[in-house]
Amino acid sequence: MKKLVLIFSIMATTTILMAQEDLLKELEQSQKRKTQKTFQTFNGTRLVNGHTVESKPKHTLEFIFQHRFGAMNQGAYELWGLDQAYVRLGLDYGISDNLSASIGRNSVDKTLDGYLKFKLLKQKSGSADFPVTVTILGGMAYKASPKKEDAVDGFETIDRLAYTTQLLIARKFNSKISLQIMPSYVHKNAVDQSIEKNNQFALGFGGRLKITKSMALTSEYYYNVSIQENAPYYNSLGLGIDLETGGHVFQLLITNAIGLTERAFITETRDNFFDGDIHLGFNVTRTFQTKKNK
Amino acid sequence: MRNALLIIFCIQSYWGVAQKYIADKGTVSFFSHAAIEDIAAENKKVGSIFNSITHELVFSIPISEFRFPKALMQEHFNEKYLESDKYPTSTFQGKLIGYDPLVEKQQSVTANGQLTIHGVTRKVEVPGTIERSGEKLILKSKFSVTLENYRITIPKLLWQNIAEQVEVSVLVSYKAQ
Repeated sequence: MKKLVLIFSIMATTTILMAQEDLLKELEQSQKRKTQKTFQTFNGTRLVNGHTVESKPKHTLEFIFQHRFGAMNQGAYELWGLDQAYVRLGLDYGISDNLSASIGRNSVDKTLDGYLKFKLLKQKSGSADFPVTVTILGGMAYKASPKKEDAVDGFETIDRLAYTTQLLIARKFNSKISLQIMPSYVHKNAVDQSIEKNNQFALGFGGRLKITKSMALTSEYYYNVSIQENAPYYNSLGLGIDLETGGHVFQLLITNAIGLTERAFITETRDNFFDGDIHLGFNVTRTFQTKKNK
Repeated sequence: MRNALLIIFCIQSYWGVAQKYIADKGTVSFFSHAAIEDIAAENKKVGSIFNSITHELVFSIPISEFRFPKALMQEHFNEKYLESDKYPTSTFQGKLIGYDPLVEKQQSVTANGQLTIHGVTRKVEVPGTIERSGEKLILKSKFSVTLENYRITIPKLLWQNIAEQVEVSVLVSYKAQ
């Protein structure tokens, strides 16, 4: 009898001891297989002039005001460029978490633009690892300038259109560093054949370096492989500081581009950054939630 | 014969109490009352294990699973406040005091242990209730968390007024294993 009780109590004690093993470890191991989606690779939908992989989440509407001053090297008479203004007003809307649409109006060439942006693949880690986020961007731009009566003979409505297709590929390496490459294709229906082609290809590079929780440095460069030697065009470069506050993102930047459609800043940038044709500018966004998520 | 009966009885009673209760879809929500807008979020993927012999209680809360009514709030919560890149989970590790496994109605209990949020671990004592019905256990609790205690700072630039304390609610339904 005594022996049995002893044996049993030993058995019971060992079981209890085993049960006291680290429960938290057991719990965390059972959860580890979950996939973590990467969020906020960039603060906003625009890097400097061009797009980032970010689209607007479902039911959010963003108003974006983009402004570029004149070139700083024009001296005091033009108040270092501040007397001139090139503006784009736009709206971006999230149809789903992966698909967003935007429209805008640029003062440069009085251009109307429209985009569709779709997140094809998302960076994630965990059970299903994927290293990058891939977004496809399709855009169309309509130049309202020149006026019909001022246009040269044979310049039709269709000649005012240009199309953009971009593959945006980005990786958030850590909470501080995100990098993006942007293979881009721009088709312009009408061009001056002596200096440029209808189809142009460019490769963009850019990135973000976060300095504080709300502040980041950004950069963007588009290398247009189709620029001809006799053309008055340069590659566009932009450097900026992002400030994020609540529902706003402020981007202060310098760039040699003034237009905000891909046609304008990838294929028609007339200023040379390294000659000092640098424009101060800013992008300001305000996000509204149109419908609350359940 | 008597001995055998005693052993069987012992084993049976031991099995009756020796339970590990597991939950993987618990709910943790929080509410913060602020001047401009109230902030609320809910997480339905909370994991927890309760061992009714040792009274050990653990929680693991995946931060990125908190759902907000506004998408932007959710991004900021992860990116700026809880920094879920660096601190993907919040945990609790401790003991549940006051649970009597033989009672089937609601009982008041206290969880004592270490709460880790945003990489900061603090000793806490949290009141709650527990109710057993058959193989199921339902644990409920409400308590408040002071953000400052867990090094959760609100950037000065933020126009939103965020309360320094948030009200946390826990509701977990366990199944015996």
